[in-house]
Order: sequence, then structure tokens, then C-alpha cells
Amino acid sequence: MAEITGDPQTGKKPKKYKVSRENSLWWMYIPAIALVTIFIVYPFFNGVRISFTDWDGFSQTSNFIGFDQYVRMFSDPTTWTVVRNTLLYGIGSTILQNALGLGYALLLNSSIRMRTLTRTIIYLPVIISPLVMGYIFYLIFAFQNGALNDAFMLFGFNPVNALGNPSVNPYIIVLVNTYQFVGIAMIIYLAGLQGISKDYYEAANIDGASTWQQFKSITIPLLAPSITINVVLNIIGGLKLFDVIVALTGGGPGNASQSSSTFMYSLYFSRQDAGYAATQGVLIAFIILILSLLALWYFKRKEIEA
Amino acid sequence: MENKNKRLKLILTGLALFITLLHAIPFYILITTALKTRGDFSSRWALPDYFTLENFAIAWEQANLGSAMINSFLITAGAAVILILFGSMAAYPLARKNTKLNKAVLILFVAIMVVPPLTALVPLYQLVVDIGLLNTRTIAVLVNAAAFMPLTIFLYSGFIRSTIPKELEEAARIDGANTLGIFFKIVFPLLKPVTASVLIVACVFIWNDYQFAIFFLQSSDVHTLTVTMDSYFTENQHNLGLVAAAAFIAMLPMAIMFLMLQKYFIAGLASGAVKG
Repeated sequence: MAEITGDPQTGKKPKKYKVSRENSLWWMYIPAIALVTIFIVYPFFNGVRISFTDWDGFSQTSNFIGFDQYVRMFSDPTTWTVVRNTLLYGIGSTILQNALGLGYALLLNSSIRMRTLTRTIIYLPVIISPLVMGYIFYLIFAFQNGALNDAFMLFGFNPVNALGNPSVNPYIIVLVNTYQFVGIAMIIYLAGLQGISKDYYEAANIDGASTWQQFKSITIPLLAPSITINVVLNIIGGLKLFDVIVALTGGGPGNASQSSSTFMYSLYFSRQDAGYAATQGVLIAFIILILSLLALWYFKRKEIEA
Repeated sequence: MENKNKRLKLILTGLALFITLLHAIPFYILITTALKTRGDFSSRWALPDYFTLENFAIAWEQANLGSAMINSFLITAGAAVILILFGSMAAYPLARKNTKLNKAVLILFVAIMVVPPLTALVPLYQLVVDIGLLNTRTIAVLVNAAAFMPLTIFLYSGFIRSTIPKELEEAARIDGANTLGIFFKIVFPLLKPVTASVLIVACVFIWNDYQFAIFFLQSSDVHTLTVTMDSYFTENQHNLGLVAAAAFIAMLPMAIMFLMLQKYFIAGLASGAVKG
């Protein structure tokens, strides 16, 4: 309790900072703030600074070159491949994971046999490292002796080099990412569905509403918070994709399946082009920020309407 | 009506069975591959007609999976301790004291969640080299803890706000306890359910981390499971049986933990999402 009358003996008013300190308890978050400041916030702003230099990643010196790296970035055709892929991974996985995750949740929310087994099998990939998951899918999509081609040949088709085909492999990466993380979307939707009172459906049944009408007017609006969380989580996760790409295609052939993360990694470690890597980093941070704010704003507005 | 319901249920059960089988395919292929010897080029869909665990024994030995698991474990455990201690402490004022400063701090954490650590990686690498922490488990602990701090704070503050009654703390304050005493003696023990969620959600992702590990853990004595798997795959691209066996071993610890604690995994994730 902060005193407001002042000290009765000296008549002095208590110092103001003491009151606000006790009110905000700011010292309790100092360790957490220090950690994220040293390892995320400071390096992030330092990255923005490096994006204006020609730093090679290991020298002690670098030159400030203004917007040169940005000019280079926007005239580099690889930037557009990378941005297109990153958006495909982010938005493609978001759409697939939400559609499938909601479908699975609706199915498993009904009283059928084997619910637990189905849920376990769908969720299991979530806990496996995406890198290892990439190698597991390599066994399926490999050109020679991959499971997919084994099946193709059994039915008399020619084997396909899916991972080496630049117009196919970005979609395979979306598929693998969806397979791996659809379990999270499913669980969040299941929790949402279980929070909806059965009374709404009973009332709707009495009014003669069809299953589709009930889904559209009861289920979807009441699931709005779950939708917001899933969409934002999936967009952020998909745009940051790294491990699966490394395991499945290494970003290739050429730069065909490269995402922002894998491209930055190769610029920094294989090509000693750290300044340019930082510039690409600023671009992707900007894209993620815009997309997740848009998604958040759009779906939050829906929630209020519902 | 009764008949129609029964038929619908049968169709839905069939659909669930189909989805289960479809999702199990990658695991099935992993197992058939891991069980086959090097000279066996039969279809990946076929199980071998002999039985050998040779690939598992060789992979365990060659890839040094034992030491990799210890490294992954130490890093995950270290980060978990920091997240639980610092995360819950930070969440308390953010959940309880609605001041301007605290609102700003909360916004800072949201921003960190949205902007990925990716952009920070290049300069962070230089910082890590400069402070001499490259190739130490310590840096992997610190970076992973920093990356999951915002999520942890969200889970904790959501839980404190919605579940812990304020009256308990007020009663303790009247009895003369100070803020830290109240926090550690009264609030912290009540946070067990959300601590379990934090442990489960963050630990899975930290155990599986590859991006930080590949940047900061380049010498082989500190390699984690993911980095070890990466180099083992590159060395054995022509003997996928070994890779499959190594992958199988690598996913075992988390898979066993998941199957044992399934209930908590799912409850933790769901409550975090709904309340956060």
C-alpha cells in the first residue's frame, strides 16, 4: 500500500519513484528483459545496421555503403524466388494446416471408435525434429529407391525426380511441413470445439437449422479465437521454415526451393556475404511483421463481430 | 433415424481409420528401411523377410548418438530452468500490475514473438564469437531460453491472471511477506500446471532445435542430436538403412516421453492456446 499522506515525523512526502516502483514491480522482469535484449533485440538492431555495410562476416572492418545492398537486393532475381517460396511456405502451410486441422478436429469431436489412436498418430510428428522429419520424407521422395517411386513402378509408371524438380519441390516442402504440424492446429481446434456449449446446437436443431447452417453460424464464429491463434502461429512458423528445406532439398536445385532462412544461411556461411545476408534478414522480418499483424487484425475484428 | 446415425458413424470411423493409416506411412517406411541391410534393394513398402538390428547398432556407434543425446539433454534442461525461473518472475508483475511501463514491456515481448530471431542471427553470431561462447553448451542454453521467453511469459501471465486468486497474495502481504516471498512461497507453487505446459511445449522445440545449433555448435564434442543427424545423413546418403536407424533412435526419447505424458502434452498446448 503506497502512503499518500507523507511521513508523519518529517512531514516529507514520499518520493514518487518509490510508489511507481512498487506499482510496476519492474525489477521482477529484469532477468528476462536482459536475456532477450542481449540475444534478440540488440542483435536485431545491429543486423539492421549491418544491412547498410559490405561486411563479409569475419573481418574486423566493414564499410558503410548506404542503400547499396538494398538496391542489390531488389535487382537480384533470387530475391524474388526466395520471397515467393517463403510466402508459399508460410501461406500454403497456413491454409492446409487450418483446413485439415479443423476437419480432423470435427471428425475426432464426434463419438467414433479409435479416436485416441487417430489423435495420437496425427499429433506424433509434432514432437519429432523437423530435420529428422525431412530425412524420413527423403526416404519417400528420393529418386532412387524412394517409396513413392517404388509404388509408381509397381503400377507401371515412370519414376519421378520430385525433389530435383524446381516446379514441384516447394510444394513437397509445404506438404511435409503440414504433415508435421497439423497436429497442433487439430489440438487447438479440438479444445475450441469442446468449449462450445451443446445448448446452441440443441436450440438450432429445434429451429430446424441444417448441419451446414449450424457449422456456419455457431461453430465457426465461436471458434474465432482458435482460428486467430492457429493462423498467426502457422504464418510465423511457415515463414521461418529452415530445417525441412535443409534436409529435403538443401534449397536447390540452384536456388529453386530456397527460403529466406536457408538463403541467409548460405550467404553468410558459404559466400561470406554477411552484409547482404543481413539485408535479406531485414526484408523477411518486415514481411513477417506485416503478414502477422494483418492476420491478427483481420481475425480479431471477426472475433468482436461474433 | 437410428439406422442413418449408425451408418454415418461407420463412415466416420472408416474415415478416421484411413487418416490414421495415411499419417502412419512415413513411420512405416522409416521402420522398413531401418530393418534392411545395405545390399537389400527390395521395395521400401516391403518388410524384410529376415531380422537384424545391425543398422541400429552401427548407427548408434558411428554417429555418436549417445553423446549427442547428452548434449541435447543438457541444453534443453538448462534452458528449461531459465525459462521457468525468469519467465514466471517476469510474468507476475505483467499479469498483476496494469501500469504504463508494464504495458510497454508486454508489447516488447509481443514484438519479439512476431519478429523472428532469424534476422538477429548474423550479428548474434559475431557477438557470440566476441564473448568467446562459440561452441559451448552455455550459448545454446542462453539463446534458446531467450527465443522461448516471450511464449513462456505469455503462458504464465495468462494463467496467473485467470487462475490465481489475488486474495491469497493480499492476505500474505498483511501477514508481512514481501513481494519475492509472496511470489516464491505462494504464487509459484500454484503455477505447476502451466509450468508443465511450458516444459512440454518449449522443451520439444529446444530439443529439436537445429537453426541455433548449426550456427553456434560447430565443434563435434558439443553437437546436439539434430547436428549429428545432419552430418550422418551427408556421410551416408548411399546407405539409407543407417540413416533411417539413426533417425529412429533420435526420435525415440521424445516419442517415449510423449506417449507416456500424452494427456499433459495435449492439455498443456490447448490451455496455453485458449488462455494465451
